[in-house]
Amino acid sequence: MREATEIRMVPQADAQRLKLDRDHALTLLREMLRIRRFEEKSAELYSAAKIRGFLHLYIGEEAVAVGGVRALNPDDAMVATYREHGHALVRGISTASIMAEMFGKQEGCSRGRGGSMHIFDTATRFYGGNAIVGGGLPIAVGLALAEKMQGTSRVTACFFGEGAVAEGEFHECMNLAALWKLPVVFFCENNLYAMGTALSRSESETDLTLKAASYEMPAWPVDGMDVIACEEAARRAVLSVRSGEGPCFVEFRTYRFRAHSMYDPQLYRTKQEVEEWKKRDPIATFQARAREAGLISAEDVDAIDHEISTEISRAVEFAEAGAWEPEQDLTRFVYSEKAHL
Amino acid sequence: MNTAAKTIRITYREAIKQAIREAMQRDPRVFVMGEDVGRYGGCYAVTMGLLEEFGPERIRDTPLSESAFVGAGIGAAMGGMRPIVEIMTVNFSLLALDQIVNNAATILHMSGGQINIPLVIRMTTGAGRQLAAQHSHSLEGWYSHIPGIRVLTPATLEDARGMLWTALQCPDPVLIFEHGTLYNMEGDLAADAGAIEIDKAAIRRSGKDASLITYGGTLHKALKAAEELSAAGIDAEVIDLRTLRPLDTAAILDSVTRTHRAVIIDEGWRSGSISAEISARIMEGAFYELDAPVARVCSAEVPMPYAKHLEDAALPSVPAIISAVRGMVGENG
Repeated sequence: MREATEIRMVPQADAQRLKLDRDHALTLLREMLRIRRFEEKSAELYSAAKIRGFLHLYIGEEAVAVGGVRALNPDDAMVATYREHGHALVRGISTASIMAEMFGKQEGCSRGRGGSMHIFDTATRFYGGNAIVGGGLPIAVGLALAEKMQGTSRVTACFFGEGAVAEGEFHECMNLAALWKLPVVFFCENNLYAMGTALSRSESETDLTLKAASYEMPAWPVDGMDVIACEEAARRAVLSVRSGEGPCFVEFRTYRFRAHSMYDPQLYRTKQEVEEWKKRDPIATFQARAREAGLISAEDVDAIDHEISTEISRAVEFAEAGAWEPEQDLTRFVYSEKAHL
Repeated sequence: MNTAAKTIRITYREAIKQAIREAMQRDPRVFVMGEDVGRYGGCYAVTMGLLEEFGPERIRDTPLSESAFVGAGIGAAMGGMRPIVEIMTVNFSLLALDQIVNNAATILHMSGGQINIPLVIRMTTGAGRQLAAQHSHSLEGWYSHIPGIRVLTPATLEDARGMLWTALQCPDPVLIFEHGTLYNMEGDLAADAGAIEIDKAAIRRSGKDASLITYGGTLHKALKAAEELSAAGIDAEVIDLRTLRPLDTAAILDSVTRTHRAVIIDEGWRSGSISAEISARIMEGAFYELDAPVARVCSAEVPMPYAKHLEDAALPSVPAIISAVRGMVGENG
């Protein structure tokens, strides 16, 4: 019998270490910058009242979604939270359909019925966008159960924040996934604050990997501000899960630079703390690193920036030009329009 | 020999089990998941023997984690399976409310029609077995408040046998409420009893003087009351709603239009209840047909007491139904 909960990491062969080349570096930078610019534009459009409701920005946390989602195959499934624009973008849902969704237009990926917090896309097996903290975990466990029962080798990735570990659903799901050895990978985005409640003010044990490890699954932390580290950890976890070893838990230690939502005056943290974290900006640090290594040039960055800015402008135009769903369609999709599936 | 007329002697419990067995034989995507459904055989013995027949992959015992296994049912349904999730009793379903209300009921709509959840959740409901306040809820009417789910309340052997298959064919989440006092009910069922629609009420007894509108466990009390009223010269019609969502408003209004009087019998509490909803629909759709105000026989507004005499006093009873009908028909009967 073990004397204490033991933290296990999935072993990693040196061969699995990411060897960063120019293309890879450009992709990582492009993906992170797309999220950053998309979020900045979203904040602007929120102020212009084009986007309404709750809007939760991912700025500062880009490395996590980029690293985590890139570790998945196209036919894997994923579940995310209400702060999911970044995950949706990296997953390959079109920028235009996400923007149109936030405008509430019928061209949006959820026909304007979900908004910022409820992005869904069956084509990329993106199962939301869940606004209940912890509420997506059971769904991810169920998706993984379906894969296992159908004998596929597909993995389900479940992204959630550290606030979810205080929910009963987290513990129920860790247990069930490990008990049944389900192919689900838990990607915990620890940005230190559950809205305004610091982890240390809400958890008796602040080492989240200990909680997951107590359910008999490999669990380890990773620097969530380092996109390479994120991708490596995610690939390592996904590989282990896909091989039938049961679930894995990766804690990405990250930080949200912006407010929780557009209504948050940020009384719970100091400006100094935010500034300290900004020094570790995942985009700036990666860019510097890649340039230092001679993988990318200043021109590359300009070209990427230009390309993204065009893509986002087009997305906004698409959303602007989109149609409002007719009111007579209001009660569609409460029940299925198909008699059978 | 006329095989079509062949019947079998069966209980409500066994009828559900046969429905589950048949579904599992017909469709490899169907599986059962819940607390004690396997080794134990089901809290109410509905799944007894199925583990031996179908194995632990398809008859899955779960930990006491209602939110996780109900949500896993939602996820598995999204992922191509056809789960039947058993929640031991309706009171435990409260621990899975987040998954039922925030996910199962909303995701088709929130996803703009992209994602179906073909999930069936079965649970025991109702009082009458001296199980006290936490094990005697009748919350099916409460669930029927929620758009996006279907709520079924089979009260007969035919419905117990036939509604499950239709529910499994449905692309949307279906909640099936089985009243705890019905499991031992025994009777004759057609050997070839098959699928039954899940959006229509049924007239269980035709009558012309008053409509007794009910469902689930109280159906049998209403039928008994109708029989006693008949001896007194009052001809009551008994409507079995069978489905609380969607509610078969047309069948309710049609009956009331013929009888001109309505008594709603509901084991739920009166305030904010399905009985209030039915009454409102009668006002909206058949007000000028009424010869008397709509009456309701509901449970007393009290957490269900343990003591037998108090529990009986709290529940809708045959005498209370008779008295309500007499009150509106007049004392000539």
